[in-house]
Parts: sequence; C-alpha cells; structure tokens
Amino acid sequence: MTDKTDVWQGTLALMVLKTIETMGPLHGYGIARRIEQTSGNLLSLNYGTLYPALLKLEQEGSIASEWGVSENHRKAKFYKLTRRGRRQLEKEARDWQQATAILARFLSPSGDAV
Amino acid sequence: MKRLRAWLIRLCGLWPAARRERELTDEIESHLQLHIADNLRSGMPPEQARRDAILQLGGIEPAKEAYRDRGTVPILENLLRDTRYAIRQLRKNPGFACTAVLVLGLGMCASVAIFAFVDATLIQPLPYRDPARLVGLFETVQLCPRCPLSYPDYLDWKRLNKVFTGADAFEDTGFTLRTTTGAEMVRGARVTAGFFKTLGVAPALGRDFRAGEDSPEAPHTVVLSYAAWQKRYAGNASVLGRTVTLNGAANIVIGVLPRDFHFAAAGEPEYWAALHTTSNSCYLQRGCHGLHGLARLRDGVSVQTADANIRLIAGELQKQYASNRGQGGSVISLTELEVGHIRPILIVLLCGAGLLLLIACVNVTSLVLVRAESRRREMAVRTALGGSRARLAGQFVTEAVVLVAAATVFGLVSARWLMRLLIGLIGADQMAGMPFLYGLGLNPRVLAFAAAVSLGAAALFSITPAWRSFLPDIREGLAEGSRGSAGTTWRRFGANLVVLELATAVVLLVGAGLLGKSFYRLLHVDMGMQPDHLATLRVAAPDSMHDSDAKVVALAHEIMNRIASLPGVESVGISSMLPVIGGNTMWIRVLGHPFHGEHNEVGYRQVSSGYFTALRAKLLRGRYFTEADDASKPPVVIIDRALAEKYFPGEDPVGRQMAYSGATSPPMQVVGIVEDIKEGALDETTWPTLYVAYNQDPDDHFSLVVRTSKGEQALLPTLSATIHRIDPGISTYDLRTMGDRIDNTQAAYLRRCSAWLVGGFALLALLLGAAGLYGVIAYSVSRRTREIGVRMALGAQRGTVYRLILQEAGRLITAGIAIGLVCSVAAATLLRSLLFGVSAADPETMAVVAGVLGIAALLASYIPARRAASVNPVDALRAE
Repeated sequence: MTDKTDVWQGTLALMVLKTIETMGPLHGYGIARRIEQTSGNLLSLNYGTLYPALLKLEQEGSIASEWGVSENHRKAKFYKLTRRGRRQLEKEARDWQQATAILARFLSPSGDAV
Repeated sequence: MKRLRAWLIRLCGLWPAARRERELTDEIESHLQLHIADNLRSGMPPEQARRDAILQLGGIEPAKEAYRDRGTVPILENLLRDTRYAIRQLRKNPGFACTAVLVLGLGMCASVAIFAFVDATLIQPLPYRDPARLVGLFETVQLCPRCPLSYPDYLDWKRLNKVFTGADAFEDTGFTLRTTTGAEMVRGARVTAGFFKTLGVAPALGRDFRAGEDSPEAPHTVVLSYAAWQKRYAGNASVLGRTVTLNGAANIVIGVLPRDFHFAAAGEPEYWAALHTTSNSCYLQRGCHGLHGLARLRDGVSVQTADANIRLIAGELQKQYASNRGQGGSVISLTELEVGHIRPILIVLLCGAGLLLLIACVNVTSLVLVRAESRRREMAVRTALGGSRARLAGQFVTEAVVLVAAATVFGLVSARWLMRLLIGLIGADQMAGMPFLYGLGLNPRVLAFAAAVSLGAAALFSITPAWRSFLPDIREGLAEGSRGSAGTTWRRFGANLVVLELATAVVLLVGAGLLGKSFYRLLHVDMGMQPDHLATLRVAAPDSMHDSDAKVVALAHEIMNRIASLPGVESVGISSMLPVIGGNTMWIRVLGHPFHGEHNEVGYRQVSSGYFTALRAKLLRGRYFTEADDASKPPVVIIDRALAEKYFPGEDPVGRQMAYSGATSPPMQVVGIVEDIKEGALDETTWPTLYVAYNQDPDDHFSLVVRTSKGEQALLPTLSATIHRIDPGISTYDLRTMGDRIDNTQAAYLRRCSAWLVGGFALLALLLGAAGLYGVIAYSVSRRTREIGVRMALGAQRGTVYRLILQEAGRLITAGIAIGLVCSVAAATLLRSLLFGVSAADPETMAVVAGVLGIAALLASYIPARRAASVNPVDALRAE
C-alpha cells in the first residue's frame, strides 16, 4: 500500500458534489470509488463517513436521492445534484481555487509574494 | 438558511420512523453487495471480499450509528431517552415520586401565592403617571402623626410651596344618592379640580374636571368610577350630561374613570364630585381638619426636601394663626401611604413561605439522597459498563428536572387556587382599601419567580445526589454489602439536614404562636363594653332635615322608640360614630385650670341617653345622660377615665366645668365618668374621650347601637325595614354586628390573616420536619439491622434497643429545637410590628412550641425504634 492522505476536513462535501456533477446520478459506493480514482488512489476514504456526509448534503437540499437499479442490476440509492447543489458547487469550487491559488503563491520558489 | 433547513429535518428525525431505519439498512446492504461484487471481480475469495468490504466501511453498526447521529440531534435524543427512563423510574416508585412532588409542590404553592401578593402590592407600580413622584400631605400633631388637613391650610401649602408641580385635596365621604325607590348611601369622594391631572389619569369617557370647577359658583359636576358606570348605568355612554342627586344637590355627570384606576387612600368611591367650599362648613374653618392632600413632586425634588419645605410652611402658619398651634406638616410617598400598612405582614408571610419552601426542599433532598444511596449499585454497574460520569450525572439531572417539573405544575395550579381562597378570605370591605389586589394573578413576574424557584430546586436535587454518588470510588459501590464509610457519611449528612428542618419548623411554629397569641390578646383586649349581641348600623337623615336640629332630634327619637319596641330588643342608643373605628376630635380646656390656647385634643362623640346602657359600659361615677338633657338645658358632658386622669389629675371631675378651646364656647358640666371604651383602633392606647349629649348637639348622620337578646345578625334587616317605614328617604348603610365590625378592623384582620397563614405554614413545617426525622431514623435503623441483630443475639434487651434508637433521635431533636429557639428570637423581632400584648421572646410560646415539636418528633422516631426493637435476631443476621 502506498502512503495515502486522509480526506481533509470540509472537503468531502465538495468532492461529492463535483463527482455527482461529472458523473450524473450515482450511488454511494460509486461516489466513493470515483473519489478514490480521481485522487489517483492517493486519498484514503473511510466509506462509513461518506453516508453521514451524503445525508447532511441531502438535509441541506444540495442533493436529492431516489432508489434505482445499478449497472449490475442491483437495487441502490442514487444521488443527484439539485439546483441549489449546483450553485453551492460553483461557489465552493471558486472559493477553493482562490484559496489554493493564494497558498500556491506563498509556496512558489520565485515567491514575490506581497 | 440551509443550516436551518438541515436542523429542522434533524429535529423531525427525533420521532422514530421504521421506514428510515429500513432504508438505511437497505442502502448499507446494497453498498456492501456492490463492493463485494467488485472485490470478487478483482479475484478475491468470497470470504475475504466480504471482510474487506466491511472493513473499508468501518464496520456496519458504527457506520449506521454515525448516519443515525447525523439524522437526529444526539443530545436531544439522549435527553428524550433519559427523560423516558426517569419517568419510568419514578413510576416504578410511586411512593417516592408522589411524596416528593406533593412536598415540593406545597412549598412552591405557598411561596408563589405569597409572592403574587407581594408582587401585586409592592412591586406592581400604582396605575398613575410616574407614581414615584406622587406624595400624600398630612398635618401632624402630637397624638396623630398623619392627620387630615384643613382647607385653608391646604390652600396656603399649595400657594407657598416650592416643591410641587401640583397639589390637590380630596376627602372620602358618603353621598346620599336619590334613587327611584328612595335613597341609598354610596361611597364617594370630593376632590379639588386638579386632582386627576396631578395623578396623571385621564377619564376613559367624557372629560376631567376643568380648572375652577371647584369654585363655589361653578355648577356641581361629578365623575363616575368605572364600576359605578357599569353597575348603575349599564355602561351606557349617554350617562354623560345626565344629572344625579347627591346629598340633595344636582350634579352633572361629566366623565367615567378608566377600568383599572384605583385610589386606595380614598377607599373605592363610586362618585367623585368636585369639592365646593359651600358643601361643607368645615372647609371654611382653619381648625376643621377633614381633607387629605395629594401632590406631585417637581423633578429632582426628593420626599425629604418636600417634607422640609412643608414643615417650614407649617411653622410659618403656626406663628400666624392660633388654630395652628403645635401643628406641623408631613410629606409621605403615595406608595408608602397606600401599601405601607400591609408591607410588614407581607414580608412576614413571604419569609414564612420561604422557610416552608426551605423545609420542603430539604425534605425532598433527603428523599432524593436516600434514593441515590440505594442506587449506588446501579450507578456503579453502569459506570463499570462504560457509562461516562457526565452521562450518569445527566441521569440525575433529568430525574430532578422531571420531578421538579411535576411539582411546579402542581404548585402553580394549587397556588392559583390558594390565591383565590385568600382573596375570598379578605372580604369586600378590606378589598376596597386594597384595590391593587385586583391586579393579583400569575403574571410574567410571578411565573419568573416560580421558574427561578424551580431552577434552584432542580439544581439542588441534581447536584446533591450526583455529588454524593461520585464522591467515593465507584468500586466501593460494587463491593458486596459495602456500607461502611458511605453509610456513615450519609447518616451524618442526613442528620444535619434534619436538624436544619426541625430548627426551621421551630421558627415557623414560634412565629405562628406569637401571631396567634397576639390575635387572641387583641380580641380579648378590654373594650369597656360587651360586644356580643349588638347590632349596629349607620343612618343618614333625609336631605330635607339638613338644617333643622329639632327635626333631626325628633327623627332620632322616633327611630329609637320604634326599634326599642321590636321583639328581643333590650336597649338602643345613638352615637355620632361607632366604637373601634375612631372618629372626630375636639380641643378642650378645663375651666378653672390655667389655659394658654394649647391644643388639648380629645376624642369626641355625640351620644344618646341609651348609648352606654346598650354597650354595657361601666359607669365609674356620676350619671349617664337622660332624655331631659336637651337643648333647653345647659350643656352636660360625660368623660372617660383616660380624660379624667389626664385633665383632672387628683381631682373629682364630676360637677366641674369644661369648654371647647374657642373663646365663644359655652361651659359644659361634667355629669359622669365611664370606664375607657375602645372607640379607636384595638391595638392603640385609648384616647381621652369626651361624650356630649346627642339631644344638645345632634348630627344628621348617626349610628345606632342595638342590644338584643336574640340573634343580632338576623335583626339587621328588620332594623333597616323599621327605619324605612318611618321615611323611605332615610338611608341606612353599613349594617353589621359589633362582633363583625371588630373582626374586620385593620388591626384584627391583618393579624388574623397572618396568624392563619403562618399557622398553616407552621403546621406543614411540623409535619415535614417530623416526616424528615422519621426518614432519617428509619434509614438509620435499616442500616443497623445487622448491628441490632448482633446486639440482641448477645443478650441486649428490647429496652436497650429502644434507648439506642431514641437516643440518636433525641440528640437530633434537642439540637433542632435549641437552634430553632435561638433563631426564632431573631425572627420574632421581624414580627414586632404585628405583635400585640406579647413580647418577641415569649417564654410561654417557646415552651409550648418546644413541647409540641418534641412530642411530634419523638412519635415520628418511635415508629422506627419499635421496628428496630421487634427485630428477630436470627432473621437480622441471616438477612445479609
């Protein structure tokens, strides 16, 4: 096993939203696998923490869920993005990009940070 | 916004739903299946595929638990579970639950009800604009620190003061109201035109008096109280402009006062008439004092400053007018004037209720402690199984809150009931003097008080057992039969609580005893008459007789003759004022003694020849008046013992001559001396009193005293009917028996109320104290069963066992009584203003209280002692 990073506090929701936006409606297991794949298998995700996070997003109205059938014909609960969720994703992605850009400036070797 | 939404959904999640739980199981299961299928595809053996999937999930149950926590509010969920558990626990032990709720509820009931009275009286502001700036004005003389003003003095004060923005005068009086059927006596007041403006009260309907409307030439106008408007005019607005006949004069109704308006200093007048100097000859004389003053302080002026200013003016007037000699002035805040007389009793009652609450809390605390003690094992097991201390303490808190909540509900409901009962006990007459009590109720302030008490009690009942349970190591609780140190600690602590309870009960009992004794002494004070079998009523002659003394005398005689011939009537008399309610005063001098215009103020009554006979007063010397003492004869007077001793020291007054202080007063011959009669308040020393013959100095308002051999209460309506047969225009009012009148004097009812209430509190305290002692001794016996068994097996006699237990109880009782007696001396000084004829440290009361409490406490500890003595040693030893 390679060294894996734990999911940073507060970023899981953003990853979930982005994943659903890219992949369309998806079940919990699918979301978890996709997050791991996207991270290039560098993130270690405890699947058990994913479901409370999904419930929180659903309670906040960012995603909605319905039962459906998976690609290998199993019953599964699918999550899809709501309009509110799309707005939240846009905003949080922007905030995050800004934050990383600022941090990147500090850390760049030519660092002429003001 | 989205946070709020999430919270609402989580709150809804508190309600259990099977569907949610099923979906969670399904989702987790589908997750596992998908993961297992993937694992199998990547070549894992089936066993490992499942294991790996579960491992990555972090375990099925933890995953579900995390999900559920997010689905609801965990703290609330725990709270709900604890509450359900607490209720179940309490229901399993109904004896404990009922006792605790009942005891605490009673304590709360008493304190909340009394606090509601305190709130209505002392906390709620009076219904006037800026009531703190309002003051009452009084003249002061040596005998009377708060005496009414004379109208000319009032005018001078108003003109000369530098401290008031407005000063007005009022007089509470009765009016004869002409009705369709005859005449009726109604409560009324005369006020100067600015009265309501000074109070800052605007009529609810119509208008206030205009400036100058109290001048002699202005037409008579009257403002109605809201109650009178409703009762007599059915709340009809057309009453404005209507004419009503009061004392034979036409008055125009100009306004109606607001519903919540009251003014205790004037009683509860129905008709507020503008004061006209022509309506009463008293208003024109500087020496005739019949008015009360009301003023509003200028901004920044204190009551003390105003008082100093008024004293200064009164001093100037003393120099200027002979009639003002020895007369000072005084300014008192209106609040003090309206509620000052009941403040001491309310404070006493509040303290009493507080002590009762204290006992109740102590009692319930010890109950809760005993319960906690018996649950040490449960707590220890729960701790050993991983229950956190916070969670276990939370259990105590929840139980305490449930208990207190139940007690609070019970307490509030019974407090409402108690308040209604107390208002009923006060009676209509006293309510007229305390109109602020109409504001009594469970208002937000009272509820806040109840909430504070509940919070305090809940804190007490949750902290003490939690503290006790966690004090020693938890393992000790698990150890079989462990009872060494913890049992002893508890016994010592419980014993201290019982001493506190008994001491508090002693304080309450002594207080009740002193108040009860005062009340008894007051009712048995020597009144100089026999108050039983006396019917009394007041009479106002028709307006037509207003200015004819001869007609009034003839009417009075006609009335007395008719009443004397009624069956059962033994004697009948007339007086200008009835006993025990005070009355007018006069300035006198003794002819033959040096006199320099000093004011020798004495009580003054015009009485008929039968008055003293009807009262069964005691004649010391000389004779009573006879029918022959009429206007054609030289004036004669009778004096009481106090007057004889003060103004005729070492002389025989009979045959001597006296006069009023005025220069034109004719000499009056003293014909008799009677033993002092309580003409004034029961708890005050008797004023020297001068009795003049009614026939020589009649009054068109007078009172009848009728002695009957039959029931005096039943006679009252007959008296009224007999008088109306003579002339329906005569108004009769205030029909009461003398006993009733005495019972309802302020001195009597204040002490009666306080004696009954504090007595009730004390009785409850006694019961609770005895119950507390019983609890502690019973607990101690149950703990010592084995020890007692051993002692008896070794040959101890029953008597020894009794002695063992009763000695322990005796120590507690002695300590409780001793501490209580010391405290009660201190507490009784607080009562001093309510005591009458008994000292604050009354040995008799203390001895009785110590005896009663001692016996009750011994009885309470006898029951467990008996149980201890009847222990079968074999059973006791085997029981462990």
